[in-house]
Amino acid sequence: MSVVSAPENQGLYNKRNEKDACGVGFVAHIKGKKSHEIVQQGLTLLTNLTHRGATGYDPKLGDGAGLLMQMPDAFMRNEAAKLNINLPEAGKYAVGNLFLPQDAKNRATCEALITKIISEENQTLLCWRDVPVDNSNIADAARDVEPCMRQVFIGSNAADQNTFERKCFVIRKRVEHAVRALNLKDKAAFYVPSLSSRTIVYKGMLLANEVGVYYRDLADKSVVSALALVHQRFSTNTFPAWDLAHPFRMIAHNGEINTVQGNVNWMAARHETMKSAVIGEDLDKLWPLIAEGQSDSACFDNCLELLVAGGYSLPHAMMMLIPEAWNNNALMDEERRAFYEYHAALMEPWDGPAAVAFTDGNMIGATLDRNGLRPARYLVTDEDIVMMASEMGVLTFPQEKIIKKWRLQPGKMLLIDTQQGRIIDDAEVKSELASARPYKKWIEQSRYFLGDLPKIESQLEMAESLLDTQQAFGYSQEDIKFVLQPMIANGEEGAGSMGNDAALPVLSNKAKSLYNYFKQLFAQVTNPPIDPIREELVMSLVTFIGPKPNLLSVDETNPPLRLEASQPVLTLSELEQLKNIGVSTKGQFKSLVLDITYDAKLGKAGMGNAIANLNKAAEKAVHDGFNVLILSDRAISKNRMAIPALLACSATHGYLVKTGLRTSTGLVIDTGSAREVHHFALLAGYGAEAVCPWLALETISHLASDHYIAGKNFVKAIGKGLYKVMSKMGISTYQSYCGAQIFEAIGLNSAFISKYFTGTASQIEGIGLEEVAEEALRLHNQAFGNDPVLMNQLDAGGEYAFRVRGEEHMWTPETIAKLQNATRTNKFDTYKEYAKLINDQTRHYKTLRGLFEIKQAGSAIPLDSVEPANEIVKRFATGAMSLGSISTEAHTTLAIAMNRIGGKSNTGEGGEDAKRFVPVTADTSVAAVIGKDLIEADIPLKAGDSMRSRIKQVASGRFGVTADYLASADQIQIKMAQGAKPGEGGQLPGHKVSPYIAKLRFSVPGVGLISPPPHHDIYSIEDLAQLIHDLKNANPKASISVKLVSETGVGTVAAGVAKAKSDHIVIAGHDGGTGASPISSIKHAGTPWELGLAETQQTLVLNQLRGRVIVQVDGQMKTGRDVLIGALLGADEFGFATAPLVVEGCIMMRKCHLNTCPVGVATQDPVLRKKFTGQPEHVVNFFFFIAEEVRELMASIGIAKFDDLIGRSDLLDTKAGIDHWKIHGLDFSKIFHQPNMPTSVARKNNDMQDHGLANALDNKLIEMAKPALEKGKKVMIDLPITNTNRTVGTMLSNQVAVRYGNVGLADDTIHVKFTGTSGQSFAAFLAKGVTFDLTGEGNDYVGKGLCGGRIIIKPPTAFRGIPHENIIIGNTVMYGATTGEAFFNGVAGERFCVRNSGASAVVEGVGNHGCEYMTGGTVVVLGLTGQNFAAGMSGGVAFVYDEDGLFAKRCNMNMVSLERVMHVDQVPADAVHHLDQPDEVTLLSLIKQHINYTDSVRAKAILADWENARDKFIKVMPNEYKRALIELAEDKVLVAA
Amino acid sequence: MGKATGFMEFERLSEASLPVQDRIKNYKEFVLHLTDDQAKQQGARCMDCGIPFCTTGCPINNIIPDWNDLVYHQDWRGAIDVLHSTNNFPEFTGRVCPAPCEAACTLNINNDAVGIKSIEHAIIDKAWEKDWVKPQINPNKTGKRIAIVGSGPAGLAAAQQLARAGHSVTVVEKNDRIGGLLRYGIPDFKMEKSHIDRRMVQMQAEGVEFKVNQHVGQNVNANDLLKQYDAVILAGGAEQPRDLPVPGRELGGVMFAMDFLPAQNKVVAGDDVPNQVKATNKHVVVIGGGDTGSDCVGTSNRHGALSVTQFELMPRPPEKENKELVWPNWPLKLRTSSSHEEGANRDWSVTTKELIGENGKVTALKGARVEWKDGKMSEIAGSEFIIKADLVLLAMGFVSPVQKVLEAFGVEKDARGNAKATIDGDGCYKTNVNKVFAAGDMRRGQSLVVWAIREGRQCAREVDAFLMGSSTLPR
Repeated sequence: MSVVSAPENQGLYNKRNEKDACGVGFVAHIKGKKSHEIVQQGLTLLTNLTHRGATGYDPKLGDGAGLLMQMPDAFMRNEAAKLNINLPEAGKYAVGNLFLPQDAKNRATCEALITKIISEENQTLLCWRDVPVDNSNIADAARDVEPCMRQVFIGSNAADQNTFERKCFVIRKRVEHAVRALNLKDKAAFYVPSLSSRTIVYKGMLLANEVGVYYRDLADKSVVSALALVHQRFSTNTFPAWDLAHPFRMIAHNGEINTVQGNVNWMAARHETMKSAVIGEDLDKLWPLIAEGQSDSACFDNCLELLVAGGYSLPHAMMMLIPEAWNNNALMDEERRAFYEYHAALMEPWDGPAAVAFTDGNMIGATLDRNGLRPARYLVTDEDIVMMASEMGVLTFPQEKIIKKWRLQPGKMLLIDTQQGRIIDDAEVKSELASARPYKKWIEQSRYFLGDLPKIESQLEMAESLLDTQQAFGYSQEDIKFVLQPMIANGEEGAGSMGNDAALPVLSNKAKSLYNYFKQLFAQVTNPPIDPIREELVMSLVTFIGPKPNLLSVDETNPPLRLEASQPVLTLSELEQLKNIGVSTKGQFKSLVLDITYDAKLGKAGMGNAIANLNKAAEKAVHDGFNVLILSDRAISKNRMAIPALLACSATHGYLVKTGLRTSTGLVIDTGSAREVHHFALLAGYGAEAVCPWLALETISHLASDHYIAGKNFVKAIGKGLYKVMSKMGISTYQSYCGAQIFEAIGLNSAFISKYFTGTASQIEGIGLEEVAEEALRLHNQAFGNDPVLMNQLDAGGEYAFRVRGEEHMWTPETIAKLQNATRTNKFDTYKEYAKLINDQTRHYKTLRGLFEIKQAGSAIPLDSVEPANEIVKRFATGAMSLGSISTEAHTTLAIAMNRIGGKSNTGEGGEDAKRFVPVTADTSVAAVIGKDLIEADIPLKAGDSMRSRIKQVASGRFGVTADYLASADQIQIKMAQGAKPGEGGQLPGHKVSPYIAKLRFSVPGVGLISPPPHHDIYSIEDLAQLIHDLKNANPKASISVKLVSETGVGTVAAGVAKAKSDHIVIAGHDGGTGASPISSIKHAGTPWELGLAETQQTLVLNQLRGRVIVQVDGQMKTGRDVLIGALLGADEFGFATAPLVVEGCIMMRKCHLNTCPVGVATQDPVLRKKFTGQPEHVVNFFFFIAEEVRELMASIGIAKFDDLIGRSDLLDTKAGIDHWKIHGLDFSKIFHQPNMPTSVARKNNDMQDHGLANALDNKLIEMAKPALEKGKKVMIDLPITNTNRTVGTMLSNQVAVRYGNVGLADDTIHVKFTGTSGQSFAAFLAKGVTFDLTGEGNDYVGKGLCGGRIIIKPPTAFRGIPHENIIIGNTVMYGATTGEAFFNGVAGERFCVRNSGASAVVEGVGNHGCEYMTGGTVVVLGLTGQNFAAGMSGGVAFVYDEDGLFAKRCNMNMVSLERVMHVDQVPADAVHHLDQPDEVTLLSLIKQHINYTDSVRAKAILADWENARDKFIKVMPNEYKRALIELAEDKVLVAA
Repeated sequence: MGKATGFMEFERLSEASLPVQDRIKNYKEFVLHLTDDQAKQQGARCMDCGIPFCTTGCPINNIIPDWNDLVYHQDWRGAIDVLHSTNNFPEFTGRVCPAPCEAACTLNINNDAVGIKSIEHAIIDKAWEKDWVKPQINPNKTGKRIAIVGSGPAGLAAAQQLARAGHSVTVVEKNDRIGGLLRYGIPDFKMEKSHIDRRMVQMQAEGVEFKVNQHVGQNVNANDLLKQYDAVILAGGAEQPRDLPVPGRELGGVMFAMDFLPAQNKVVAGDDVPNQVKATNKHVVVIGGGDTGSDCVGTSNRHGALSVTQFELMPRPPEKENKELVWPNWPLKLRTSSSHEEGANRDWSVTTKELIGENGKVTALKGARVEWKDGKMSEIAGSEFIIKADLVLLAMGFVSPVQKVLEAFGVEKDARGNAKATIDGDGCYKTNVNKVFAAGDMRRGQSLVVWAIREGRQCAREVDAFLMGSSTLPR
């Protein structure tokens, strides 16, 4: 069956959440020589990128592919001649490729419109041509919505080709607007792939290899071009959409623009103020410039087109849209910095992981985002061909013809000007543009730094007492204790643990501030979060306050003034400076304070008017020439209540955007309400350029003895926090975060949202302005009233921890005591008392599910006819809690219990002791198996028990992830995000890294361990597909699971993950536990699982993907009722974490992050671990209780089989008769929605993924290596390899691990010689005893997770380039390697040896972020490194050959020191050594091996001149590692003594 | 907050007591509050739990972690403010509360609980010493008049709360001094009565009027109260003692503890008590193993008894509870009070069969041993014994409030004879009679001082809401 077309928004599914990422590439002739060959090469390249795309339920149904090329004049001329049209000369006519409606009448309407508009724009319509297509092999679903393919030929009446191009642009925009206005209901949408005199785009809902077949034009020999830009799409959805294919008119994009919402808003806001000398009056016809509902890439393309039409050159425009990181780059020259700084005020960056290939028909090029998060490699031949692609090997050229192999570097541009006939390198393009105008002078003339303006001391004057004022803004004691005090003491946000079990704001009885209704969005799968600490160089908090210059003022001679602040949190005196800005800038800036308080007597009914008045006042102020508006609530008093600052901010920002005035003024918020990071993030997200938190600053001055330092620390903490919030969405600059609305709302109704927070997702309706005002009023009245509790102190709060009279929590003294008692005594009755408390309290308005009612499916049935409990418990799993976050005792107890009931426990991110993999065959105890010295509280084991965690987690740190570890899994779980802190990394402080934990994690005891925010091998959906493939190879018997966190759009991500061939998907609620997390992440990121699960179920069913995957849900699961509701919303399986910990003895101390857990659960302290009293029996009891409760519920609603519950959301209803002032507006119909799909479409898991392992090269390798695998006999293998051979060596390594564990085989037992270009993940998890010796080149992820094997890669002898000046392997090589060695005779891409914990590597140059987060091993770099080397490096050693003497500038010195390599004879006798030998010995040995294996010319030269060369080597030594080595040495001395 | 590792570094320190031989010579308090340094260290033991079980273990929900932390930081002023925010009379609870909070303390799971009560004691003593306990006078008077029957902890707590809400409050007390059981039930050596007097002064300044010697049903007419006041709270306690219906009950020298103990308190207060029964040179048998019994032991020893024996019907509880199964609830375990330390023979599973006397005066007690099985008691055949007894004190608890007060108001009673009223939801603490509320032992039956304070406070809020439409008084 086929779904006819993309479904409309329904339930929780929303089209705008759809994501894509892809493979991109181009072929071009530098000198502009056109040929049909280039078109064909483009198509070949496309075909070989196929694996980067995806297919849906129908293998023929790809996600779209296409090709952009130069106008093939001869071909078009010939075709026109067939229509009796004689085309004017090339450049004087344009061809529009059109997707037209299927319906003839609709088509005619469209064509008539086009005809009309062409004539209105004074151009000549020449003819229409039917584009011949062959649709015989495309998927049914694609054919069903296939548009009618026609071309329109337009003759030019313009003065020159550039003017004509602009006209074509205007015509296209007008046609698009006009057709959209028709609102045609046609299965095939109207769309214009291209309309230009220079270029033409052929694309569609096609598989990559089908483009050349479908478009018969492309086979014609007269179709020639000097360039071919191609794109293969990987979309998260399976709905056929022809128009979503790339390339667009000017670009093809691999990645995702995270800031797109803000970018689009700001573009819209510019409408009124934009003027263009070249476009003139036509400019107005272009609006709306960016149509609703387009993909991020399409929006980007629209904007680029405008800039180019407006007169910017293509590279200039690209530099404006995707600037490289310039703020913190010490190596950048002044002129270029000035260029970027100047343009920063014109355009906020389009930020996100991006590799954009672009062309205007003459120039072709590509640029990479500032962080280099997408791969792009290129080569140049001596025949003037340049080929760029996401990976190498897609198009092969004879090695002897290749003169350069390189990669696109972060923030850099590759540009080929076919008219000039040369490659213009990054430095040249940019220096030419940077020096074209006196940007530096302009900036110096026109820029004010807020910090440089005359200081004005300011004292706060408050109408009321501090306490009353704090209360009016909803301050609680917790705001002081948990929010402000940690910030002023440490300059960073405080940490918490154990998740969030408090009531949702909309369900709370307390008056909540509006801020609490918004949740931060975060990146998962389709785009990566950034590490704002270790990769700070890309981050910036710089903010521009004031009007934005005209975007299209290309020839500005008198640039307008700009006011710049280094960060957006203003002190009282800085705000005073802004108030007086008119004086200090001689009237060039004029600021006005707008009061956002109003007469309290008007009460809640007055708020709507107050906002309307505010908007009018703002409008008038802008018209009166005020260009800095300060919205202030300082006038608050008993008689004046404040509009919530967020509401005032967003309403004003939105109003000014709508009236086209927003870019004429700056918007600053002066509020008493802002005090935590989330508040500042929200104000920024809804338009504030700067915020003065006057009351927080005043409060701080009363809290600290030194308020100067305290205030500074607070500002620093907020800044750091903003970095975290921005970076969790992958956004790196405040400027692009500002107005980007990276939030969703929970519990606000659509009327309110659409009026004041337009565009923000809000899924379950809820309160509106009246209730928001009511809450503000309540706070106001409590503050200034006579409440004796609030007379002398702030409200208790109780958000962060349970407090009597505070916010309600689900874990209470009573529920914990009852649960512990029930499971310890095995009394089901006591459990039921517990369950009743939880279930009733959830009904008592704390969770969404608490408001659900379960309907009868039929009449009740006897309990004994319901599926038995021992079947149901198999669906249960415990959460991913690492040994490290919890004690060995607690961790092992869970595993034993889950194995006893046939459920699954999860290792968490921290490895697992191989001793636990072995089944227990006789009665013994944990201590007896693992080691008496490692266990503080022993646990008896029975024969048949197992301590093995069936789920092995793979998280971003890759701690302890080896072939053996993976081979021991039944399920391998990729943790994309964690409920408590989605989009963030983690840190295990050094004091928690015991020798045992260090051993399991391949690190050094006492050295802290960092988990990066992103998996460095997952920056997009196709990367995830690759990792899934890698792990499946690492253990073909295990299912692969991907853990996601609930947020709006998670369903779409889940669909993508299912297409990426995950077998299992976990949807985690926002409220899950954690060992340590910033408190704002615990509270303000992610959504309840009810939403995420329902959206996932609906989206998977709509995409017909649900059957292929198992869906698990977790997050504060506590009772059988929770399980039942999870099943009805679509879950097959259920995860529990906090509750089993409580059963083990946890009492919610929320002290995990302090290592002081008094019951031995979440601590590594041996004294405290002795106090652990948990028993596997208790955990077993718990799960059986849950299952029994489920059974009783099933019996009562009349369902016998658990399977029959899954996805039956029709059995859920909103609880009737809810009487609560905030709840009555909630609407759960979107959660309960069931997509209207045929019954044949699966609603639960009933099928398997096809991982395509049958075709893997490893099958051959395993066969050939049989003697080695079975008998340990040495084998030599010789094979060719291409880029489509992905993940080679991994299944082979699994075979080694299964037989020999981590010990592996004897060195070099299996020796494989490869020739060619390997695909991604070459030699991933390569086991000990295997040598891979590749002549050719590698792509991304070579040696990922290397565990003992040896990798050698050297260029072919025919290649003429100098190895250390040419790239040989891609990005993220040896990520998470644990042991083994590698020798690369050439340069590596970005992020070489990230998270290496023990392998050795020699390479001849690396890109940015080399050795990031490394915790062990040895890296030798015989050439240049990129920037940010050794960021977050806490162990191991790197030796860098520093030829130019600038290495220190490229190295991130936060955690390392640079040392010289000493002559072996000069090393002091008592020195501590890395690898227990002097550095020179280590280094020389590696260099010699490198020569031995690769014949490196570079290494030979170094060795030949060793006395000099030694001095050029710099040893990068992590400070923590050095300290640990010294301590270990001292310990040894002690032991010896 | 506090000291994250304090609980691992410091041990629990109990308050020091004067030596037995010294303290039994008088009726003065003998428990010494912690020094500042000791209190700081004990405060550091608090773990500032994510879920402070102590707070819910405490009937008045004292915000224990907060004041522990403040004491750790030696912010005594802040500590008393937090303590007073939930507890009107910490000087009472800091002395006589059995401290269910400490049973619920998280540290009590596998360690010694934080010495919460001793810290409370130190805080309030410091506050009085520093003169921080001031009247909180509400300048905005509501003009509403409230009568409170009974001046025990429930009545006093209700009175103080309502006065602070601006109402005019009159407390009527049947005895000659206010305080109820605090005054006449608890011996001075456990709590000196100056504490009550000091509070009375504060409350009078806050506008509470105290009237003593006012017996409802005798010299006070319930209807008059109803007419004169906008609301009435019945907080008269549960003073009907449980009797021992055995042969010989009528003998001289057999008396209720609640006749024995008040007399001594009056003497200490300087009253002349003509026929005070004293234990001096007597063999004393106390029947009942609870707190009152313990007070009888302490008083008898101070009188100079020849011997003191205390019998309990229930079996001897274990020395230690199974914390895994009991925590955070109040455990049943053997408790040895300071009075027991002063000398007493204690015996359990003993029933009294007969009181034997000569000349109308008791001389001996015939008891027998009993056996408990599944909650049922049976006498062990042949286990009878006789013990010398010149004074038999009945301390077997209280059965109900004095009924005539309830009857005077026509208040509906529950099965146990208590005033019938709920404690949650609409109309809680309200009796069936309009304007009449009930709180404390009179409503819930015999209980602890801290429960009485809780009920007094909660009831005050309901009365305030009843009179004013809404209330900002905390529950």
